[in-house]
Amino acid sequence: MDFEYFAQLFLGGLTRGSIYALIALGYTMVYGIIELINFAHGEIYMIGAFTGLIIASVFTMLGFPTLAVVVLAGMAAIVYSCAYGFTMEKIAYKPLRNAPRLSALISAIGMSLFLQNYVLLAQTSDFLPFPSLIPDFEFWEPYAHILTSPELVIIITTVVVMILLTFLIKFTQIGKAMRATSQDKMMAALLGINVDRVISVTFIVGSATAAIGGILIASHIGQINFYMGFIAGIKAFVAAVLGGIGSIPGAVLGALVLGWTESFFTGYISSDYEDVFAFLFLVVILIFRPSGILGRAETKKV
Amino acid sequence: MLKLRNIETFYGNIQALKNINMDVKEGEIITLIGANGAGKSTTLMTICGVTKARRGEVHFQGQPIHGMTPDKIVALGINQVPEGRHIFPYLTVMENLDMGTFLRKDTENIKKDLEYIFDLFPRLAERRHQAGGTLSGGEQQMLAISRAIMTRPKLLLLDEPSLGLAPIIVKQIFDIIKKINKENNTTIFLVEQNANLALKIAHRGYVMETGSITMSDTGENLLSNEDVKKAYLGI
Repeated sequence: MDFEYFAQLFLGGLTRGSIYALIALGYTMVYGIIELINFAHGEIYMIGAFTGLIIASVFTMLGFPTLAVVVLAGMAAIVYSCAYGFTMEKIAYKPLRNAPRLSALISAIGMSLFLQNYVLLAQTSDFLPFPSLIPDFEFWEPYAHILTSPELVIIITTVVVMILLTFLIKFTQIGKAMRATSQDKMMAALLGINVDRVISVTFIVGSATAAIGGILIASHIGQINFYMGFIAGIKAFVAAVLGGIGSIPGAVLGALVLGWTESFFTGYISSDYEDVFAFLFLVVILIFRPSGILGRAETKKV
Repeated sequence: MLKLRNIETFYGNIQALKNINMDVKEGEIITLIGANGAGKSTTLMTICGVTKARRGEVHFQGQPIHGMTPDKIVALGINQVPEGRHIFPYLTVMENLDMGTFLRKDTENIKKDLEYIFDLFPRLAERRHQAGGTLSGGEQQMLAISRAIMTRPKLLLLDEPSLGLAPIIVKQIFDIIKKINKENNTTIFLVEQNANLALKIAHRGYVMETGSITMSDTGENLLSNEDVKKAYLGI
């Protein structure tokens, strides 16, 4: 069944891409507003997964129904990750806002290593089993051989998050303030926008989507460890650059393109070279479109 | 309304403002003229809190505002149209205007102000869904002033509104400055290199040279002052 295999790969790529997109959003939003590659962003996603695991285990032990466990674990993960994202900005980036960009970048790498080791010491270096929070839906049974129920949930959740985020950025005052701040910080301040608060909100929104991604992928793969944020973070970063860093639709598009590239290459050629294909593709795209697929070319008027 | 007392502002070790004292009364149009690099823009940025004064005090309606962050100062009713207009290039005209109302909650009056602005500048109404960066220079200046009007300022600071614009547009913009001063009783603090135009519409003027105020008088008197004529009016 050739077509079925193709459909499987296509939907598998869509699922992967969705996860990358949820993480890539945080990179691209933060970059858009303070021009910083937040290397510790992958760790926020990892912390989301850990929080989700702890809360889910506790409430499962207490005998809560699955749906309640999912909602509680998800909310706890979002709240926790947001708190980390918010604090991280205040401690590691805000004092360096007027420093050379390299200083903030080094601070971000430091933050990333700190958080990894903090979780390593506070939790464990082992892989922890993560319960499958998403059950197999009965009504989905006929299609489950192409796309599993958890994958379906991942895709739907991502779509919902994207719609909410688009609404937030396009139509609310805070969303417009975020765009205004990313385009011209001084002018935003001169119109009464509290730039510090807008930056905090950006970190919080990015952390929330990362936490959602963390829970979904952990529940899908079935295990987590303190290092999981690193490779996912790199991939999502690639996705953000691919799409044009700073652009939100770009991050989503880049993530999907990356997801499909990986899925089709591993499916039709070899799974040993999954990462090779992903990064090769990045190089090829950047050669022809240096600012990414939807990125705006850097034009400075003098 | 606005008082500057002994303001000294530095960029690193370079002193940009030396012992500046100014008074602006409610309902006035005052202008600050001077050559390039005299410190005119720095004066405005110091009032707005973007650049901090090292010494001296700024009072607005009796309240000390030096040391406040820009967003707090804007909330008190001071707004600036900075040099170079600073339109948000990727926001539409409407969204740019929306940002002017960021601190306002009075939806009804916002609607009225929007109508007032579209009445003042029909061009902006035509282009309301266009990105700010695609407007011409004159249109951008109109948008920048409109955005400032949307904040309903008590005191409006304008930095070089005539810069780089065709004479006919400059005239239109100066007419509107006079109009908002009269109709809304908005106090205007106008920084200009085009001294001739500025002194004609201003009630009072200050002359600035290398960081210090060297003269202050009514607009008319400064226009007929021999030194001002020689240095700034090219007569």
